[in-house]
Amino acid sequence: MGYLKEIGAYFMMIKGVFIKPTKTSVLRNLILKEIDDLIIGSLGIVCFISFFVGGVVAIQTALNMDNPILPKSLIGFASRQSIILEFAPTFISIIMAGKVGSFITSSIGTMRVTEQIDALEVMGINSLNYLVFPKIVAMLFYPFVIAIAMFLGILGGYAAAVFGGFATGDQFIQGLQEDFVPFQLVYAFIKTFIFALLLATIPSYFGYYMKGGALEVGKASTTSFVWTSVFIILSNYLVTQLLLS
Amino acid sequence: MIEVKELKKGFGGDELVLKGISTKFEKGKTNLIIGQSGSGKTVFLKCLLGLFRPTEGKIVYDGEAYSELSSEKQRTLREQMGMVFQGSALFDSMTVEENIMFPLKMFTKQRKAERRERANEVIKRVNLINANNKLPSEISGGMQKRVAIARAIVNNPKYLFCDEPNSGLDPRTATLIDNLVQEITHEYDITTIINTHDMNSVMEIGEKIVFLQKGRLAWEGSKETIFRTDNEDVTNFVYSSDLFKKVREAVIKEHQ
Repeated sequence: MGYLKEIGAYFMMIKGVFIKPTKTSVLRNLILKEIDDLIIGSLGIVCFISFFVGGVVAIQTALNMDNPILPKSLIGFASRQSIILEFAPTFISIIMAGKVGSFITSSIGTMRVTEQIDALEVMGINSLNYLVFPKIVAMLFYPFVIAIAMFLGILGGYAAAVFGGFATGDQFIQGLQEDFVPFQLVYAFIKTFIFALLLATIPSYFGYYMKGGALEVGKASTTSFVWTSVFIILSNYLVTQLLLS
Repeated sequence: MIEVKELKKGFGGDELVLKGISTKFEKGKTNLIIGQSGSGKTVFLKCLLGLFRPTEGKIVYDGEAYSELSSEKQRTLREQMGMVFQGSALFDSMTVEENIMFPLKMFTKQRKAERRERANEVIKRVNLINANNKLPSEISGGMQKRVAIARAIVNNPKYLFCDEPNSGLDPRTATLIDNLVQEITHEYDITTIINTHDMNSVMEIGEKIVFLQKGRLAWEGSKETIFRTDNEDVTNFVYSSDLFKKVREAVIKEHQ
């Protein structure tokens, strides 16, 4: 029953985000600030992880290809498939649940603890719209982050394969182009969009409704990371079942 | 003026926190709510602010019952309220000046220069010096309270609420903050309600005092009448220290 109540409260929060909007000029500035904090601020870590994990995927594939009949282009093919289908959208989203999710929960949670949310409410401001709506809009730019992660992951794979002597550049690129199904990209971006909404709203929920003091802000951030990851994994399964099977 | 009629508030259990409070808070006066911890002061204040919905009863703001207003009108009414929180509740990512300009930015069509001019007027009024560009974390507790007061009055509210405005301050700063709130109340002719534990505040600025006990209104009066009251609960609460007992005896003697 407790979980059902929480889910109900989560959807009530989503409804509350879209009623009584904040003044447009204020909202515009808030959205730009959130894009800077949540999207631009995450690019560094996403680029770093994508490039090196892409490289590792290529090396692992190459090292597991013992059979000489298998073409070297398979390294490019396997790298592309794993990066576009799973690594970039899902793995990066789990990392973002830690980075962006914790940031959202702790910033909103601290505002709750220090009565800043009460101050907004007393002034007649819809605090949910003021705090959560700009985060949802900012996270609509999240697919761009994933596109960059895909590009850098493949680039990392290319660098590892070519400079590690596992395949030539031509063989890797040939593998990248083999049996390319454009719908797989559509699938990747559909689930990225769903993850973006989860990344903006679940941490906001845990921050907004938290109770207690500084210690509880830390606990709420951890809980928010766990549940955001759980829902990313579950929705990943559901979307894959619906779109690919 | 704010009129409270048979206000009751509970949180789902059998026990009510507020058990039927009726009183009036007049315009242009500093109205104090006092009482022991757990007496329901904070819940009462949150009901007055519209943060808690009463279980029963009405709160009437200048003839308009809050519960009977549409949600749009409730928000408009809230725009006329200023609040000074116990912990100041300043937006910690904004500078002092931005904090004070915030209500103007949200609710007026003023240009930035006009907002800054108005903010500087109230900054002067609350005697904040050289703090405009500082963050709340860079100023003292007393200054934070001044910023909170400035933010609360910048949009000319009709109602000012203060939750323990001088808690955590040294006695001199606490008195300055009390006097500032009282001066502003008279100057702007607003209805001010202060939730306090501080007996100095009671003696200094208690133009109307409401004493709550176990969720009920146990006594009401003013700083003049509180010296002579026979209500044992009030005297035990207000004059719990030897110093205040002696002050009371001296005042009664002087009146005789």
